[in-house]
Amino acid sequence: MAVTEEKKPRTRLIAGPGILLVWLYGVMVVGAVSRSAYQIATEFDRAPLAYTLSALAGVVYGFITYTLVRGGETARRAARVCCAVELAGVLTVGTWTLIEPSAFPDATVWSDYGMGYLFIPVLLPVSALYWLRGSRQQAAAG
Amino acid sequence: MLDVLTLVTAVAALLLAAWCGWAAYRGQPTKDWHFIGMAVVTVLTLAQLVIGVVKLAQGQDPEQGTTIFVAYLLGAFACIPAAGFMSLAERTRWGSVTVAAGGVVLAVLQVRLYDIWGG
Repeated sequence: MAVTEEKKPRTRLIAGPGILLVWLYGVMVVGAVSRSAYQIATEFDRAPLAYTLSALAGVVYGFITYTLVRGGETARRAARVCCAVELAGVLTVGTWTLIEPSAFPDATVWSDYGMGYLFIPVLLPVSALYWLRGSRQQAAAG
Repeated sequence: MLDVLTLVTAVAALLLAAWCGWAAYRGQPTKDWHFIGMAVVTVLTLAQLVIGVVKLAQGQDPEQGTTIFVAYLLGAFACIPAAGFMSLAERTRWGSVTVAAGGVVLAVLQVRLYDIWGG
């Protein structure tokens, strides 16, 4: 039996609730990347820090989306690290915008913990971390 | 004209979200009827895209800039088809949840479109 199962398929990360995560991350990629691309191209000098952070957020979202779709154990670990980074980013920038609004003449995706985006930016990494943890247990059991 | 269509699309998107949310609640994947509903909402966003571009061609200016306006029109048009394809790949209740989330996202886009046009 073990011989035939030598080539194990990659852990699918987008089965079940994972598909919803991919969708929401995909939406955030489009939102963050297009927003920051437009703002950096047209009015970068107005709020360089905010627009750079939005672009950074877009890149992180893009990478997480890719790892989720690709699947597999390495991707799962990479996605977990990125989600932790994302969560740290949301919390840091969210707190930063509340303490010192003057540093941000314009909003970023992560301002006020992502309030302008229905708090999705702060809810996503938490649910993603939970989901990625669950799919490991599933893989170990199955 | 554009404002009315924006309102109608937003309401239709929320109805679609509620409908697919109900299917998810009952543990069902999206079915043919849901896809017809998605097609209806997509036709609305397509009409919006066409009318929006015609209005731009007639020389009317959106309050917050033409680029943002067109970007949101395209985003609104792509939103439901993208969610629909993902629900085809995931034939469980989670596919329905994804389309429901797509409906909510589209409704939010409509609110933003209304602001951008300056209605």
